[in-house]
Amino acid sequence: MKTASTPLGRFWAEFRENKVAVVALVVVILMMLLALFAAFVSPQNPYDMANLSLMDSRRPPGFVGSGGYTHLLGTDPQGRDLLSAIFYGLRISIQIGLAAGIVSLSLGTTLGILAAYIGGRVETLIMRAVDLQLSFPAILLALVIVAMLGQGKAQLIGALVAAQYAYFARTAYGAAKAERGKDYIEAALATPMSGRLVVLRHLLPNCTPPLIVVATVQIANSISLEATLSFLGLGLPVTEPSLGMLISNGFPYMMSGRYWISFYPGVALIILIVAINLVGDQIRDQFNPRLRK
Amino acid sequence: MSSFLSIDNVSRLFGPNLTTGEKIAAKLGSKVETRSVRAVSDVSLSVRKGETLGLVGESGCGKSTLGRLIAGILPPTSGSVTIDGKPVMESGTKVTTRVQTVFQDPFASLDPRMKVGDTVAEGPIAHGLTTKGAARDYVAGWFERVGLDPVWADRYPHQFSGGQRQRIAIARALAMQPDVLICDEPVASLDVSIQAQIINLFLELTRDLELTCVFISHDLSVVQHVSDRVAVMYLGRIVELGPVAEVFGTPAHPYTSALFGSVPKLVLDADELVHFETIDGEVPSPLSPPSGCYYHPRCPLASAQCSAQQPATQPVAELRAVACHHFEQQLAKASA
Amino acid sequence: MSDPVLSVKDLKTHFFTRAGVVKAVDGVSFDLAEGEIMGLVGESGSGKTVTGFSLLGLVDAPGRIVSGSVRLKGTELTALTDSELRSRRGHDISMIFQDPIATLNPMLTIGQQMRMAIDAHERLSARAAESRAAELLTQVGIPSAKERLRAYPHEFSGGMRQRVAIAIALLHRPAVIVADEPTTALDVSIQAQILFQMRDLARETGTAMVWISHDLAVVSSLASKLAVMYAGRIVEQGPTATLLRDPRHPYTAGLIASLPAMAAPGTPLTQIPGTTPSLLSLPAGCPFAPRCDRATDLCKADPDMTHQDNRGWRCFHPVTRTAEVPA
Repeated sequence: MKTASTPLGRFWAEFRENKVAVVALVVVILMMLLALFAAFVSPQNPYDMANLSLMDSRRPPGFVGSGGYTHLLGTDPQGRDLLSAIFYGLRISIQIGLAAGIVSLSLGTTLGILAAYIGGRVETLIMRAVDLQLSFPAILLALVIVAMLGQGKAQLIGALVAAQYAYFARTAYGAAKAERGKDYIEAALATPMSGRLVVLRHLLPNCTPPLIVVATVQIANSISLEATLSFLGLGLPVTEPSLGMLISNGFPYMMSGRYWISFYPGVALIILIVAINLVGDQIRDQFNPRLRK
Repeated sequence: MSSFLSIDNVSRLFGPNLTTGEKIAAKLGSKVETRSVRAVSDVSLSVRKGETLGLVGESGCGKSTLGRLIAGILPPTSGSVTIDGKPVMESGTKVTTRVQTVFQDPFASLDPRMKVGDTVAEGPIAHGLTTKGAARDYVAGWFERVGLDPVWADRYPHQFSGGQRQRIAIARALAMQPDVLICDEPVASLDVSIQAQIINLFLELTRDLELTCVFISHDLSVVQHVSDRVAVMYLGRIVELGPVAEVFGTPAHPYTSALFGSVPKLVLDADELVHFETIDGEVPSPLSPPSGCYYHPRCPLASAQCSAQQPATQPVAELRAVACHHFEQQLAKASA
Repeated sequence: MSDPVLSVKDLKTHFFTRAGVVKAVDGVSFDLAEGEIMGLVGESGSGKTVTGFSLLGLVDAPGRIVSGSVRLKGTELTALTDSELRSRRGHDISMIFQDPIATLNPMLTIGQQMRMAIDAHERLSARAAESRAAELLTQVGIPSAKERLRAYPHEFSGGMRQRVAIAIALLHRPAVIVADEPTTALDVSIQAQILFQMRDLARETGTAMVWISHDLAVVSSLASKLAVMYAGRIVEQGPTATLLRDPRHPYTAGLIASLPAMAAPGTPLTQIPGTTPSLLSLPAGCPFAPRCDRATDLCKADPDMTHQDNRGWRCFHPVTRTAEVPA
């Protein structure tokens, strides 16, 4: 059996063995590509008013509209092609999710590792603040912050980061605290090497596995949190409809038989979140030494 | 005797390190441990250049803590460690590269996510012993020195066996070109057949590089084999010090004698019923050590003086010292 | 010689991992008489611990006993169901582990745990159970046993916890105790006390023991016979003193010669070159051959156990010299 020698190579060799996770990864990548190239794969630009006709609004899947092409998933109340709207919506959802995930990852990791490495007062201050925040539901916190900051992409990302950085800080702190006590950190410090170098070269790389796991889960959470906020009308402005807003737009028509307006964006959201979580689960299992064979 | 490595009246206390919650609980009368442990208590040693000093004792006797104090990993609560007159630590920070450490567990002491060559090169680059460009050759030289193939520098720790990892850890310490090497149980976690390889490597390197060594081990036979002199520790104090053959041959402290007697020896005679000289009782808690001589509750020679007064360290013979009120009685027993 | 209490024949325990089949125990045979202590010596990965676990049927997936027989007082243990095996374990055969912390429940007092261990196999009144427990604690060297029954594991030191674990293993006067490095984690002074007591216990109670250890000196002072394991098999076995004084297998000879006590201080030790082979990629033939200075082409075949008198070895080129006895 061929065994890859780099840590990444070994990781991928093991990852490949879980077919479900591989399919989920393909789905995630596919959805990201669709989002990235939304302008090219969409049959219609849903934001270009010139393309839209109210005649086409709320049409069922398979309807051939005035644009001359088939609306595979039907149209929404503004007469937009739903498939195109989903692609564009995905783009915004993934953008927000990734941005919020990466910012909270950096912020939380920095705080958590500093707390674990420096210890003493700094540790108490940071970690008690984190604990305090973790005792509030993330959605409540996000709602309050959005209500305070107002609508807009940056504000939304800010709210998501504020609601989520604490999870990263907790994870980073736990991992760093455990690694901090290990001999290889002590050996590096005993050389002597500066604390900054030891943190960057040894502590941080060895804390990444659990952080990657939390990051995948939290990106999925950011996306669903953003969808929730948008559904409640607190997310993005109407000009930038994310999946959550698409679902919200169709909600009044659910009971009148025009299920597709909410249904298909909802399906897209579920597929994305489930796929990310499946990938995250496999990564977590691989990093968990107790589950290793 | 010219002293190269000097340890002067070094003590180290470990506080209970209470969290705020525990402090409040303690105030409210809860059973929280608030006492400090004196892990190393007023230890003075001097080691000549090129000498290997063995440090033995049971777990919790403070030998590892003393090793870390000498290596500049832990700052002492009081006292100082100097190499060739220059301090190892200043205001809690290690200020020299002249002392390096080989740790016990080579599975824990190498960064699992770093190529072993980079681990060895890291310190020398940071301290200007080599440059990034020349690091490969520099590391290759040390790899050969410890019996490793230089092409293995690009591998990760998990690809090596325990013995090979310990060689890498030795290369990392030596690549800093130290004068003093602290070995904290370097063979304790290795297989029997590998132990001999590492001990041989250690003997060869200390001789060729004229290293001054502090060799910490609970295995008396290993210490006996590699050390010139040995210091026996009990509950943070050094109870006996001297040339290895004399200390183990005619122990001047009852604890040394009992410790040596407890070690299982290879029995080759079928008729010989092995006699264990067991020490009664257990090591007392370092949180509340006994009065006077810490060993007196377990000591067969203990008298009233032993529980009242801590014995001073006194010379027995040339290079030999012991902290015992009744060492003459013990010596007479040992030579009998 | 009377019938052996424990008889192991050609025991094979393999682990089926994703990387391949690991033959952790590959054809181990030995007999153990009443009151006899056998030292099972080997390095990490030699299969000594897995052998111990196999005797009690404690091997977990992906490992299982593939073939061979373990007969305890005439009963074939490998043929028993899980529940039948459970009723034997702790009663006829019990095990002591390296780490007593892992075997004691921190939430229960020592007395409660010993009571549970008694109840698992027989019905005794509370008073009888308590006096049995106290008697055993006294026997393994725990002072004021009656009071100590009400203490929790954390109130005991490491050495005392191991004594409690030994007392629990002895509760039902098992025919055989498998001890897996029980003194390795302890200090030498405590180890000496426990070794001393175990030797007396075996003699007094007639309990046979398999004492697993990596330390030749420990087993030499305790066991009347030795089995040396390498790469999943016993490469040499025989009476302790004979085997240590006059080893036949080059591996045994190498192990003894590499001990620091065998060389003058400061001189190089005799070393066995190379490292222990991975059980996933064992060389064909004698697994020790790549490290052996006596190996020839003959060693490409697998040597069988050669029996002579009461000892045996697995080698085509046995060592014949007599090891020097150190002064």
